[in-house]
Amino acid sequence: MPTRRARIPATKYPVERFTLDNGLRVVLTPDRSAPVIGVAVVYDVGIRSEPQGRTGFAHLFEHLMFQGSENLEKLAHFRHVQGAGGTFNGSTHLDYTDYYETLPGNALERALFLEADRMRGPRLTEENLRNQVDVVKEEIRVNVLNRPYGGFPWLTLPPVMFDTFPNAHDGYGSFDDLESATVADAADFFRRYYASGNAVLAVSGDIDVAEATTLVERHFGDVPARPAPERPDFTEPDLTVERRTSYTDQLAPLPAVASAWRVPDPVVDFAGYLPYVVLAEVLTDGDASRLVERMVQRDRSVTGLGGYLGFMGDPFDVRDPTALLLQAHLPPGGDVDKALRTIDEELDRLATDGLTDGELARTQARMATHLLRDTDAVLGRALRMAVLEQQRGEPGLLNDLPRLVGEVTEDQVRAAAATLRPERRASIEVIPGGAR
Amino acid sequence: MTVNSRALPALGPTRRLKLPKQAERRLPNGLTVLAVRRPAVPLVELRLWMPFGRTHLARGAMLAETVLAGTGTLTATQIAAELQKVGGGLSAGADPDRLMLSGAGLVTGLDRMLEILADVLTDASYPADWVQTERDRLVDRIQVAQSQPAHLARTALLRRIYGRHPYAVQTPEPDQVRAVRPAALRRLHAERVHPAEAVLVLVGDVQPERALDAAEKALAGWTGDSRGAALPPAPPLEPGPLLLVDRPGSVQSSLRIALPAVPRTHPDHAALQLANLIFGGYFSSRWTENIREDKGYTYGPHSSVEHSVAGSVLVAGAEVATEVTGPALLETTYELGRLASVPPGVDELEQARQYALGTLQLGISTQAGLAALTSAYAGSGLRLDFLAEHAARLAKATVEDVAEAGARYLAPARAVVVVLGDAERVAGPLSALTPVRTESA
Repeated sequence: MPTRRARIPATKYPVERFTLDNGLRVVLTPDRSAPVIGVAVVYDVGIRSEPQGRTGFAHLFEHLMFQGSENLEKLAHFRHVQGAGGTFNGSTHLDYTDYYETLPGNALERALFLEADRMRGPRLTEENLRNQVDVVKEEIRVNVLNRPYGGFPWLTLPPVMFDTFPNAHDGYGSFDDLESATVADAADFFRRYYASGNAVLAVSGDIDVAEATTLVERHFGDVPARPAPERPDFTEPDLTVERRTSYTDQLAPLPAVASAWRVPDPVVDFAGYLPYVVLAEVLTDGDASRLVERMVQRDRSVTGLGGYLGFMGDPFDVRDPTALLLQAHLPPGGDVDKALRTIDEELDRLATDGLTDGELARTQARMATHLLRDTDAVLGRALRMAVLEQQRGEPGLLNDLPRLVGEVTEDQVRAAAATLRPERRASIEVIPGGAR
Repeated sequence: MTVNSRALPALGPTRRLKLPKQAERRLPNGLTVLAVRRPAVPLVELRLWMPFGRTHLARGAMLAETVLAGTGTLTATQIAAELQKVGGGLSAGADPDRLMLSGAGLVTGLDRMLEILADVLTDASYPADWVQTERDRLVDRIQVAQSQPAHLARTALLRRIYGRHPYAVQTPEPDQVRAVRPAALRRLHAERVHPAEAVLVLVGDVQPERALDAAEKALAGWTGDSRGAALPPAPPLEPGPLLLVDRPGSVQSSLRIALPAVPRTHPDHAALQLANLIFGGYFSSRWTENIREDKGYTYGPHSSVEHSVAGSVLVAGAEVATEVTGPALLETTYELGRLASVPPGVDELEQARQYALGTLQLGISTQAGLAALTSAYAGSGLRLDFLAEHAARLAKATVEDVAEAGARYLAPARAVVVVLGDAERVAGPLSALTPVRTESA
């Protein structure tokens, strides 16, 4: 008898969408459950769009967007957000760059003013550029160079899987490229990509839609209209022969491996893509998942593993080409070949024998919790909806995700597992150079 | 560049801090249950805080790794699967103060999550094969941690500031972990996993009284007397030479500074929090504006007040490029000294105050945030209502109060300084500023 499954609940956040005359797309999603707001501006440019010889430029430019703008001195943005009781940040992804604040609700107009001001133009100076090149170099040292497993696998696996510069290169950038960046490069980058027509503004939380609409028009209405640039084609063919490389990490004490397989286009073929999102969780979410049970507990061939969609762990905010990733950390002297063989074996077993009673339903219930939990944060809603609007024109999809994940069938998960063949796989192995 | 200058819009009227609906009950077994309502998403957050001071370090760490590894009726896999069925999950963690079980799940699964929690608390079995697996995994994780500069710097700082206090060493040695047997874990569980001084926090889309009833029903059978294990008060900081821990080849230096601090309920606490913000506690602080935004020495310096049962301490940390380690310490000492010697500006205090008050609102605007805060407060014997009191103190603190806190708590003369870095390259520059004692990592 099949196990009774938990009913997958849904959120009903309302969504208002409109486009200003200058092409800026706007999403408003009110929720009066707490007196706070989230404001996100997302530009349709990311790591994949940076020019050759300028690796890391999209991220460096993100830093420059905080260095003052038309009416704001350097440091003013930070002080105005935090002085209103809020927090801010920005982040650079493969396909987009976001800028965001979360604040008490009484700061709505201030946040809109700040974002509109830098959409009109950041203050790009030689001094600020040199300062932020230094800051970014320290960021790379903290996150990559001075720690074990730095950049593994998000920076180290793409060049194994992909052949073209946009998909393969190091998105943090080489120090040489960063140091070569000029103010003129930055001005070009801004003119080309930071156009009103290439951006989405989302506001969530304790807002009145009519009032927020008026304020958005007041502050963004006269941002000069510039059209979105044409998006280049980043397509690459799937792998037909297995690829595998390794490198020695002088700081790492233990071996590790990560593998990736291409998946269907997340935007064009969302229905074909979703089963892979579920598959990653069936394989790796918690002690009752397939690979954890087999490899961590039974075989003890790995000490920890994870599975997820997208090199930056971004299942619903990345475009094609992207991948399903599995990564594992191994015990001392661990056998990477054996680990990969076991993964193949388990994928094969899943594809052939299917899932056990209740296995899919419980995984889907857990995924619903994760998705709902993320949307409880007012800023999470603004960010997610902004990207869903930008990449799909469908911000309300956020409300539907738990249900859609819950509708993925066993046959679809099996079929997805069947495609993760060794010959379509790209892998990278970390050889420990730091064993003591 | 400016064509027509635009004025920064004023803030709207401040909204009063409004606490959510809550309820509390002490069960006959001694367990305190706190329930807080936030219905935004159909989930419930769970935090179970159990005092765990003076526990054998390796056994305590291993207990956290294996408490969910099986009961008399469920295997570890079944526990995980049963929780997943209701969208739930549980995890455990230990530190020198407490053992914490935390999780979240669909609110429709609250009863089931509590039932499984009760099973784990009353009947955890510590199966030998699991204990062995988790022992090996923990040893591996410790080894990886020991290759991370942040961990090494933290370890050196704790040892330096706490001396012989139980807080001094918080990560067990691999050999100690390897020696832990299932019988020792069962014994430790029997001795310490008790309801008497524990606090369970439930936050979510549920009426508080109904959550209390559910907890009472599920956990009534959990019993056990508490065995007093009070921690001695943390020792006062003893300033001395800068401790330089050698990490040859390091491309950055990890700078850590400990300063005195007071607990949340102390009359100086609000002023200290504001002084800390002005120094280095948020992005718009003097320290960040100086060593990051002006000089580019670092990606992200940060300072915060850390509260533990046995005492509070202010810790400031930054990863700085090896070649500017000396200059970074110079600027850091300068900024501390400035706050200790010269009153802050009215505007910069207002900015810090607004940030402190605003982030209180943000902190309680999610179920997870409410659960974390309620549980942390409960660990210090406080309730969520204290938030309003704290907000009132923040609102009232004057320039004089903050200047006094700066002089009392942020004075560089009272600092304990630890640097992890390439001694060959940084010992010289650091020695130009302060006496240095070097150790190998």
